[in-house]
Amino acid sequence: MEMITSNLNVIWFVLIFILFAGFFVLEGFDYGLGILLPIIGKTDVERRQMINSIGPVWDGNEVWMITAGGAMFASFPHVYATLFSGFYLALFLMLAALIIRGVSFEFRSKDPAPAWRKTFDYCIFFGSFIPALLWGITVGNLIQGTPIDANKHFVGGFFDLLSVYTLLCGLAFILVFVYHGALYVSIKTTGAIAERARATALVEGVFVAIGAIALVVATYVYTDLFKSTLATVAFSLAILCFLVSWAFTRVRKPGMGFVFSCLMIIMIVGAYFAGLFPRIMVSSLNPEWSLTITNASSSPYTLTLMTIVACLFVPIILCYQAWVYITFRKRVDEKDLHY
Amino acid sequence: MMDAVLLARWQFALTTIYHWLFVPFTLGMTITVAIMELMYVNTKNEIYKKMAKFWGKLFLINFAMGVVTGIVQEFHFGMNWSEYARFMGDIFGAPLALEALTAFFLESTFMGVWIFGWDRLSAKAHAIVACLVALGTNLSAFWILTANSFMQHPVGYVLRNGRAEMGNFVEIVTNPYLHGQFAHIVFAGLMTAGIIIASISAWHLIRKNYVEFYSPSVKWGLVIAIIGGFLVSGAGHFQGQTVTKLQPMKMAAMEALWETEDPAPFTLVAGIDEAGRKNNFALEVPGGLSFLTQNSFTSGKVEGINDLQAQAVAKYGEGNYIPNVTAMFWAFRAMVGAGSLMLLVSLLGLYMYKKGKLLDNTLLLKAIFWMLPLPYICNSTGWYVAEAGRQPWLVYGLQKTVDGASPFVTAPEIWTTIIGFTLVYIFAAIAAIYLAMQHIKAGPAGNNSHDIIETKEETKLWK
Repeated sequence: MEMITSNLNVIWFVLIFILFAGFFVLEGFDYGLGILLPIIGKTDVERRQMINSIGPVWDGNEVWMITAGGAMFASFPHVYATLFSGFYLALFLMLAALIIRGVSFEFRSKDPAPAWRKTFDYCIFFGSFIPALLWGITVGNLIQGTPIDANKHFVGGFFDLLSVYTLLCGLAFILVFVYHGALYVSIKTTGAIAERARATALVEGVFVAIGAIALVVATYVYTDLFKSTLATVAFSLAILCFLVSWAFTRVRKPGMGFVFSCLMIIMIVGAYFAGLFPRIMVSSLNPEWSLTITNASSSPYTLTLMTIVACLFVPIILCYQAWVYITFRKRVDEKDLHY
Repeated sequence: MMDAVLLARWQFALTTIYHWLFVPFTLGMTITVAIMELMYVNTKNEIYKKMAKFWGKLFLINFAMGVVTGIVQEFHFGMNWSEYARFMGDIFGAPLALEALTAFFLESTFMGVWIFGWDRLSAKAHAIVACLVALGTNLSAFWILTANSFMQHPVGYVLRNGRAEMGNFVEIVTNPYLHGQFAHIVFAGLMTAGIIIASISAWHLIRKNYVEFYSPSVKWGLVIAIIGGFLVSGAGHFQGQTVTKLQPMKMAAMEALWETEDPAPFTLVAGIDEAGRKNNFALEVPGGLSFLTQNSFTSGKVEGINDLQAQAVAKYGEGNYIPNVTAMFWAFRAMVGAGSLMLLVSLLGLYMYKKGKLLDNTLLLKAIFWMLPLPYICNSTGWYVAEAGRQPWLVYGLQKTVDGASPFVTAPEIWTTIIGFTLVYIFAAIAAIYLAMQHIKAGPAGNNSHDIIETKEETKLWK
């Protein structure tokens, strides 16, 4: 018990990792699918198949992000305050994109006019592309460091967030999510679109591999992530998972390919969290000014309360979300279009 | 050039009110649809299934708007109000995280099942799903109001490490401000749902479209509106008494009561002179306010703005502790006026329906149709009163609004997001209104994709 109460902030660091890992695994394929929508969805029916394959689940997936945000507010309010006021315009762009993406899923197929559908198809594309890019940029900034002063305030502007490293992170996130999304489409749809998605994943995998090499080099040059053994191991496992995933996909087992691409994403998120620990936001002005699990956390009372709540509800949520995936496990064919 | 704090307030007000346009309908409609589905399970009467589907789909368009605009709310407190987030995070974050864990997951996950589950689940299972959605949405209202109630009336906290830290969670969820507010909001949602159903049904009944469908619908709408209407008035009455005790300045501003009076009159209309801190003229019901706040026409002191301002200065130091009295006064009257009007028309409508005379009474049907904007007026003005009445405090007595804003977010940046969100919201609103109108015009027969799937015909079109 003593060990738990004195390490509540560590527990919450791990819980936030779990929420972000869940978010990137689940919304990862939603984003990837959205980016691929106008590219591999050749006909209206194919596009509807794609959208319907995430129809029952995308909103629940997005709640992982909402929850990660809310949990950060509850457990590390200084991070919540500094991150979202500091990355102000970036967050605005992301929210605007997510609003448009959300209504597009709901509205797209409710009117038959080709212009209407085309408009919302592009809205889905940009509404998925922009958040994927911005999350990559954000994660890159957390570890590379941003101008945070002694009072925990972000004193930079929007363009301070853009650097070689962070843009590379953004690109890497997009590549990974598109790969992940292509595999999801290939296991959740039938017909030509499923086969095309698998082929896309294979080709896209080559770009993921190139991106991964670039990211490893850049991470080594620009950040201290590889000083952490755990992070190095996680990063290596991520690459291993990717290779296994690609190999399974190559031998026409995209289901296993998808399982390993989920693991890959968990490992990537794990690598960044391990590399950050015990920091959450690195200050580029002075390492002493970084926001850490100690100087940014809530009181022990709140952390205790939230730990109980999280231990109670996260398993319940996992159960009923799993039930939804099982209920809708059937592939979406050309006749099963609710959206 | 407006300063950043004022802009941040405008931005918050715009995005919150916009979000709030969709939420009450969601709160009430999830309950309504769940009841319709339960009725279907119990009676096997097809009309209930049809109603659940038609009104449910109209509700979906609204729900989508509520969800996407809600994402902004979640991150808002960090974007524009970082110092508030630092000061309050220890307390505010917990209900927000609880909202996400216990409510958002529930409603969004089962909403997906609700939409896609018509032909995968039994009628009973589908009705349970509808109940879970209703539980999720209304539970989310509870948690966010828990957080908001702390801002209105802080309880269960300790000031430590330069911030408000949670002292007792039980006190926070049993905040006396919370109960009246939560009841008021849930019932307002019910009334909103009822009025919208009645109004749209009336539009069709005027045209004699699908009478067999819209006649029971209009009855349902009116009944729900009336139940919601009485309950929301009752809850509002008790909440008013609570506010008198906990936030006397809010009550005084709502009533433009400048001087302390015993007994205090209820002012129907007034010419308010904010600079001179007096009313130039007022039409009053003697003892009315004392009756509303303390159940007695003949005695019951209600403190006036000028006294309360003096008390606040003595307690907190120099400053203006008076909210915008003119806006508060008229917003409150708009809410009560529109609410009473809806209740009256609904009662009349139901009475005529019972007598079998409503369907031929075009004038009354038109009146019912034209109630459509009223719930929106009620909801927006009501929320304005609750929030603007808190000013200049962000957290009542603990942190002022000016101290809560993000210090390094600049006015041009806030302008960017105000304009940006406004454009996105207009785009989404146009699409939503267009779709809602199409769905309404098509009626229950014309626009049901699920039926199309059942008959295995067209696959390409939603229509």
